[in-house]
Amino acid sequence: MKHLYLKNVATLELDSDKCNGCGLCLEVCPHEVFSLQGRVLQIDDRDACMECGACALNCPFDAIHVSSGVGCANAIIWSKIRGGEPSCDCGGCQC
Amino acid sequence: MSQECCSANDSTSINPGMLRIIEDLSNPMERVTRVSSVLTWVDRWGSWKARWGINRMNYVISPGLYAVGDPDDSCPVLVTANYKMSFDRLRQELKDINAWILVLDTRGINVWCAAGKGTFGTAELVRRIAITGLDQIVSHRTIIVPQLGAPGVAAHQVRKQSGFKVVYGPVRAEDLPAFLQAGMKANRDMRAVRFTFMDRLVLTPIELVGIIKPVLMIAALLLILNITGAVKVALTGLVPYIGAILLGAVITPALLPWIPGRAFAWKGWLLGMLWAVFLVSKGAGFSGLPAVLNSLSYLLILPAISAFLAMNFTGASTYTSLSGVKREMKVAVPAIIGSAASGLLILLVACVL
Repeated sequence: MKHLYLKNVATLELDSDKCNGCGLCLEVCPHEVFSLQGRVLQIDDRDACMECGACALNCPFDAIHVSSGVGCANAIIWSKIRGGEPSCDCGGCQC
Repeated sequence: MSQECCSANDSTSINPGMLRIIEDLSNPMERVTRVSSVLTWVDRWGSWKARWGINRMNYVISPGLYAVGDPDDSCPVLVTANYKMSFDRLRQELKDINAWILVLDTRGINVWCAAGKGTFGTAELVRRIAITGLDQIVSHRTIIVPQLGAPGVAAHQVRKQSGFKVVYGPVRAEDLPAFLQAGMKANRDMRAVRFTFMDRLVLTPIELVGIIKPVLMIAALLLILNITGAVKVALTGLVPYIGAILLGAVITPALLPWIPGRAFAWKGWLLGMLWAVFLVSKGAGFSGLPAVLNSLSYLLILPAISAFLAMNFTGASTYTSLSGVKREMKVAVPAIIGSAASGLLILLVACVL
């Protein structure tokens, strides 16, 4: 069963002019957000994007942009309390 | 300096019995630890403890290069994190496979979370390749990085900086044998993250452990109030709250895709509200309190508790975005605080009356 989260929130953007259709983003995306028709990349399911940032980081042509981060309420609460970006350290310091 | 390199790979802290050092490798700087692909009860016990939050933040193995089976210079190199559960999940899938395992220093955090933080990342990967002298141990120039490491690793940068080509392996280690057999090709199914009933269920203990402290404190406080005679509250009065906690932290995660709606807080709120309505219809409550006020406090507090705990499960889930959770919280947090606060106020009034 496919999990569905909130609609129309993901910040994923594709710059088709820069994309050369190598398809590496399809490979790293955990939620099958993209599809490739020949060498033309499409965003099929933007709502499935969890903003992990793997596609943008691995794009050799800088064609994908996403404001990536952790989708974790607890992390957001701790970042409000302590400042800084929400991160996966469960509020504890693991330094 | 060379001594330090050797000791960095000395993982005597884990199951020393099953580890064997290969001494005859060409590179004298590096000793490679050989590990079994069979997990012992000690490994399983360790995993179980980590699931319950015991020693979870210190469940680590030493970063460096390990061998599974009897690998030579043509065997594949698999990259993983130094969270021991990640390492165990990987090696137990490598029965009858000869391979190298390159363990990155992620400070004991699993691949996906560490990739999100960047500790499982390009810099550490390139550094670890250099420290282990991987280019002298294998003759090929390919490393298999788990797909969930991709949020931290830029494949083209790794190639530029280390000469090694990154091939992204399957999401789940269990697909590795098939992936290797197919000539390092992953099919669509291997690339997609699942979040099954069991996946969700194993993550619920840590949710419970996270809230056990405040629950025990409130229970102790009630006990003291009882003893001093300030209020008369039976311990059975805690049942509605414990129910709300279980609904938010265990039942909502378990039933996640089947509960209507999309926001986690909403899903939790819904179950909490059903529970509160059930209790009110049964007339359950603190003995001696005015029934109306008591019922009202349940309807306000219990769904708020479930909603909050369900909302916290977003962090354990595999599909929530930061933007989405922020959007959800914008509505949920004020609603939860308002609901719980007014419920407590009513409860207080009821106690005084």
